[in-house]
Amino acid sequence: MLEIKNLHAKIVEENLPILKGVNLTIKAGETHAIMGPNGSGKSTLSKVLAGDPAYEITAGEIILDGKPIQEESETDRALMGLFMAFQYPVEVPGVNNGSFLRMAYNAQRKFREEEEVDPLEFQTVLEKKLNLVGMDESFLDRDLNFGFSGGEKKRNEILQMAVLDPKVAILDETDSGLDVDALKSVGEVVSALKRPDNAFLVITHYQRLLNYIVPDVVHAMVDGRIVQTGDKSLALTLDEHGYETVGTAS
Amino acid sequence: MTEKDEEMIETMQSKHDKTIDEMVNKDYEFGFQTDIETELAPKGLNEDTIRFISKKKNEPEFMLEFRLKAYKHWLTMKEPEWSVVKYPPIDFQDIHYYAAPKKKIELESMDDVDPELKRTFEKLGIPLLEQKRMAGVAVDAIFDSVSVATTYKKKLLEHGVVFCPISEALEEYPELVKKYMGSVVPHTDNFYAALNAAVFTDGSFVYIPKGVKCPMDLSSYFRINTENTGQFERTLIICEEKASVTYLEGCTAPMFDTNQLHAAVVELVALDDASIDYSTVQNWYAGDKETGKGGIFNFVTKRGKCLGARSKISWTQIETGSAITWKYPSCLLIGDDSVGEFYSVALTNHFQQADTGTKMIHIGKNTKSTIISKGISAGKSANTYRGLVQMNKSAKGARNYTQCDSMLIGDKCSANTLPTIDIRNQSAQCEHEASTSRVGEDQLFYLMSRGISLDEALATIVSGFCQDVFKKLPDEFAVEANQLLGLQLEHSVG
Repeated sequence: MLEIKNLHAKIVEENLPILKGVNLTIKAGETHAIMGPNGSGKSTLSKVLAGDPAYEITAGEIILDGKPIQEESETDRALMGLFMAFQYPVEVPGVNNGSFLRMAYNAQRKFREEEEVDPLEFQTVLEKKLNLVGMDESFLDRDLNFGFSGGEKKRNEILQMAVLDPKVAILDETDSGLDVDALKSVGEVVSALKRPDNAFLVITHYQRLLNYIVPDVVHAMVDGRIVQTGDKSLALTLDEHGYETVGTAS
Repeated sequence: MTEKDEEMIETMQSKHDKTIDEMVNKDYEFGFQTDIETELAPKGLNEDTIRFISKKKNEPEFMLEFRLKAYKHWLTMKEPEWSVVKYPPIDFQDIHYYAAPKKKIELESMDDVDPELKRTFEKLGIPLLEQKRMAGVAVDAIFDSVSVATTYKKKLLEHGVVFCPISEALEEYPELVKKYMGSVVPHTDNFYAALNAAVFTDGSFVYIPKGVKCPMDLSSYFRINTENTGQFERTLIICEEKASVTYLEGCTAPMFDTNQLHAAVVELVALDDASIDYSTVQNWYAGDKETGKGGIFNFVTKRGKCLGARSKISWTQIETGSAITWKYPSCLLIGDDSVGEFYSVALTNHFQQADTGTKMIHIGKNTKSTIISKGISAGKSANTYRGLVQMNKSAKGARNYTQCDSMLIGDKCSANTLPTIDIRNQSAQCEHEASTSRVGEDQLFYLMSRGISLDEALATIVSGFCQDVFKKLPDEFAVEANQLLGLQLEHSVG
């Protein structure tokens, strides 16, 4: 579903290499987790995958569902089925949250050559998703992330994920700023959206999120590379012993 | 440099930059000129020109005197230089002060309108009859120097509402015109107001009698068609006690290499408990995108007088066109408890310059004013907010709230905010908030990462930025304004 081959990337402005050869393969139906200390490049990886213009890919390939996407715009990557839940969702004042959701939903439909939905039809789509995420309708009337609390922003990301139903969803440190109940709810949404034909990549610092989203594969990332890969028990080991022991292992 | 090198450099440019360049090259939609027989006054300005115009219009004697007095005063004045806009000196002798379609038009029968003229207005999205009738908006269309069609006149008259070209008002309601014209913007006010008073050729006249709420929105469309023509129209709106009206104004012009001068005067008068909402969507030709050549100089004086107690005047403007915009729709808050409002979106792109804002002069007790200004600069443009809030000694308990937000798109444009606050009594309150932001790569990336295109993402962000002002526009205009912004900004991210 998602294949990353020898991916190198740098911060454009500072000309600073962050990713130094990431290799990763996620098959359809799988959930992977990437864990790593601060500055390991795990969040950079998710931004580079989504096409953040602040980063430049200097080598390597990203293959989504069989197609290389590293040359595609961020818009097209999203239309092709990639989604990233932001670690720090961006506030956009004056833009209605509900209208924004519909705009994004319709962009996807248009791309698939399906008819766009009007606000009324969208309401039906949205009701189910709101229930799934456990969000109040009043969220839709607010400006996009504007004045949202940290937790509200994260849940709004999960709502977008539920509405857009991507092929590959990346959750970039979604757990930071969420309490246990909210974590549990995120886990439920992921379980509900999980199918044999999609995949999830969870980026996190701590293993506690992985109690709710149980990964098939766990990777440890240090200094821009994946240094160890294992099953979910690796997450516990990393949490307990830190990252000093890994890296030398591979 | 070889072709290959160029290619390399191009690939090295960020993808956004490229799209920006494409966007910037969007053409002005209304740049066509209508081929229509026109009667022109000879170029140049002197007493004879003024007599010619006055005679053409069959004006009463007092009007000619008004014009000549203004002209004599104008001769003693110097072009103002205090604004930050830059432009070559205007040769006032190189302008036609009168241009009119040759065919005489029967105002009540649209069938008699020159088909070419009708097509022009259709191209502009102003089908004079059918669509506006459905929308329930009465329209006065001004083509170069004359009003060519005013719709719904009869129906409005049944309510006592007068809506007609000002030249006609001079014939039919000379007393009203005499009483109010120049009472808000005297010819001594400024250089361009004096010029306008001397040579104005047409404009709209609105009179809403006591207690009448105008049954439909009134609308004017201004079009400069002839090269080297100045447009000097004058709008006068009078709302008697407890009367109210919503007035919309739209403007376009063809593309010429030479600059055209538009020096209009708008005067609003609101008596006790009257209310006037005046909205403008200005989309004059802005000049060549590459060179900045041509385009309209929009030097306009707009002012409203809240003469009566509890009266209210509200200005809403969406300024997207013109090479230079230089105007400050203002309110004189004379009546106690009167209210003045100014909601503005000024968008500049390419080489455009805008120096715009408002003046709120508080004279009566407990007068209240609100200023919300949104300036958006893209390309190499310059956008300035200039405002004055003045609370006189007599304005006990007066209040003002001002919010000035600027948004920058790219790094070659500029934004200035120049507010002046002058408070002369202890009980007055003023609040001022200002912000400047750059359209963030982070906001664009966020929206695009949800599958929204760059163009749409930018338009969405800018439209969100202007929401406070768009909310004030009548629905029909809000949609138009939104589209206009989207269009003007296409491919301008930097």
